[in-house]
Amino acid sequence: MKSKWYKVFMAFALIALLALAACGNDEEEAGSDSNSGGETEENESGSSEGEEKTIEFMHLWPEGSSKQHYEIVESIIDQYETDNPNVTVEVEILGNEQYKEKLKVLSTSNELPDVGMTWAAGFLEPYVSGNMFASLDDLLEGPLNDQFVPGTAEAYALEGTTYGLPLELNITPLYYNKAIFDEHGLEAPETLDEFKEVVKTLVDNGVTPIALGNKDRWTGSMWYMYLADRFGGPEVLTNAINRSGTFEDPALVEAAEEIKNLVEMDAFLKGFNGLGNDEAKGYFINEQAAMYLMGTWDLPEWTTNEDNPQEFRDSIEYMKFPTVEGGQGDIDSFVGGPGVGLFVAEDSDVQAEAKEFVSFFVEQWGQQAVTKAGVIPATKVDTEGTDLPQMYIDILNDLNDASNITLFADVQMSPSVAEVHLDMIQALFGDAATPEEFASEQEQALADEE
Amino acid sequence: MNKVMSNKLVIALYVLPALILIVALIYVPIILTGYYGLMDWNGIGAMTFIGLENYTELLQDAKFWQSAKHSFLLALFSSLSLIIYLLISLVLAGKIKGANLLRKIYLIPMLLSSVAIAQLWLKIYDPNNGILNSLLEVLGVENTPTWLADPDLVLYAIFVAILWQYAGFYIIIYYAALKGIPESLVEAAKIDGANPIQIAYKIKVPLIAGVIKVTIVLAIVGSLKYFDLIYVMTGGGPNGASEVIASYMYRQAFGSYNFGYGSAVAFFLLIITLIVTWLIRKLTASEDEVQY
Repeated sequence: MKSKWYKVFMAFALIALLALAACGNDEEEAGSDSNSGGETEENESGSSEGEEKTIEFMHLWPEGSSKQHYEIVESIIDQYETDNPNVTVEVEILGNEQYKEKLKVLSTSNELPDVGMTWAAGFLEPYVSGNMFASLDDLLEGPLNDQFVPGTAEAYALEGTTYGLPLELNITPLYYNKAIFDEHGLEAPETLDEFKEVVKTLVDNGVTPIALGNKDRWTGSMWYMYLADRFGGPEVLTNAINRSGTFEDPALVEAAEEIKNLVEMDAFLKGFNGLGNDEAKGYFINEQAAMYLMGTWDLPEWTTNEDNPQEFRDSIEYMKFPTVEGGQGDIDSFVGGPGVGLFVAEDSDVQAEAKEFVSFFVEQWGQQAVTKAGVIPATKVDTEGTDLPQMYIDILNDLNDASNITLFADVQMSPSVAEVHLDMIQALFGDAATPEEFASEQEQALADEE
Repeated sequence: MNKVMSNKLVIALYVLPALILIVALIYVPIILTGYYGLMDWNGIGAMTFIGLENYTELLQDAKFWQSAKHSFLLALFSSLSLIIYLLISLVLAGKIKGANLLRKIYLIPMLLSSVAIAQLWLKIYDPNNGILNSLLEVLGVENTPTWLADPDLVLYAIFVAILWQYAGFYIIIYYAALKGIPESLVEAAKIDGANPIQIAYKIKVPLIAGVIKVTIVLAIVGSLKYFDLIYVMTGGGPNGASEVIASYMYRQAFGSYNFGYGSAVAFFLLIITLIVTWLIRKLTASEDEVQY
């Protein structure tokens, strides 16, 4: 009997020991934390009387995969902490997909970081309706007044209130390989008819005209969006999505018809519906395809990225998407939109500081992003006196002259409608849906949501 | 030690850590999934109770049934492939040269992560630069198939990769079971004049029937909830041609933000798997346990 209880006791003791060991670790960490806290306080007690504040900041540019972004962020934070000695910025970094997941999880338990990153329109919507993000209108009317390229901050607004401030702006030029074009005596086309001539010549000569990875679906969506714009003008797709128009608009069906024509001409890379965007880009970089429609986030690939041969980078130029004769759209209208933006959490206990930090961040980012990381910021950029590759300067100038920027359709739409749109894009390109079905399915999904 | 183990308190104490983990990480989420399945919920905002509406929608959802069909097809193919694995193991377990090396070769795919396998097969299936199509071109095929972009082929193309991925696992299981058969039984059969095929078919296979049953359950249940390679290689496309139940669930929950509906799909999948497991056990039940 005695030995039995002894063993029970030992078992308990073992568990208790483990538990204690775990606690011990915690205490140790907490201890060292408070130590370092004490030190900084001592160091800075002379300069600031204000109370210590900590801003939690979550972003998605890890050092490994986005080194230049990461370094700019670090330097901005350092600068801010030096300027505001009573504020500490605590950073948490996650990769893109994990970031999205974590943000969602944190929001369900109401533990969002004070400042974090968000995407525009559809992504933002559930967070705003859940009252998670703070209004940033005061910043836009105050220190950041007239800093943004028109149409960028608006993408983060719901019912007139802005909940995010964009950091990036992208448009989608149609890149082409000048060497391949020259070889076949081709010029950059300006109208759709000329464009089709180019496609035909390339196909006849056994060259793949267009690299497209439509497994990802948003890649094909950009082709469709441009055609919709060129046929029906900049408003027609946007109106169909915001329900002041309809997806069965003749221009939208016509654009779908044109996609079908291009597919029948073998304009796109063979097997495009089974290839991802990265694979398709590989074909373009290996000079196995002549054209590639992609966002300006890929500009470094054609200008500064040393991994790609110099000869290849020199031969890449871009054109504006060709216009359609008799169509409503003009050549200076672009598909594009802001990328990630910053939000401030509604229930942050340091909201005032967080907003100040966001404002500082946006300004600093605007000055450094394009020169240091090749990212076009959503704030206006002065190209004078900057040492940028020519393609950047051209794009930035085009951006200043842009007549319109249509936000990516899948971002404009709510997540569930976007999913229908993307599926229908793949079906249209894969000849599994007629242009009429393509339009009516999306009309249905949009109407169901009203 | 026996004394200690007879004390209920001690038993409870030793079981407790694992019990807490399994309840918190498996049973609670299952119950929560069932609960979310009754809700209209986007995963972030407020939930609305809608009763069984998700399930009535599910029963009429053509896309769901299409993906269910694909899952069952995969289950069929992976159980049929067990026959091939069994044959390979019978050969390996016989006294052939290099069995040890071959065993390791077969096991290697098991050791790779799914994403690495997916990348490997993506390279093989690449319609223009891929190994497979290059080979076909050398052989003089003019219109080489676009494996992963062709709605008629994509499912089978991925099945090949999935079966390849799991071959080693089942071969090892069969191999170990076959090695466990006492040599004396095989010797006795030999003396009675049985040829190798008879030995394999009449002696060895019946003796490992229990293991075969387990692998059938594993193969079928594993197929029904299969996700990885399909998600990485095609994402269920093109146009849902390679969608399976699990990838459809993921797309609903994380693509369309229909968390409630996604949970209903997940819960339905659980029910299907339970029923199928029960059915297999029922169909393969036998009275007499194998005894050596």
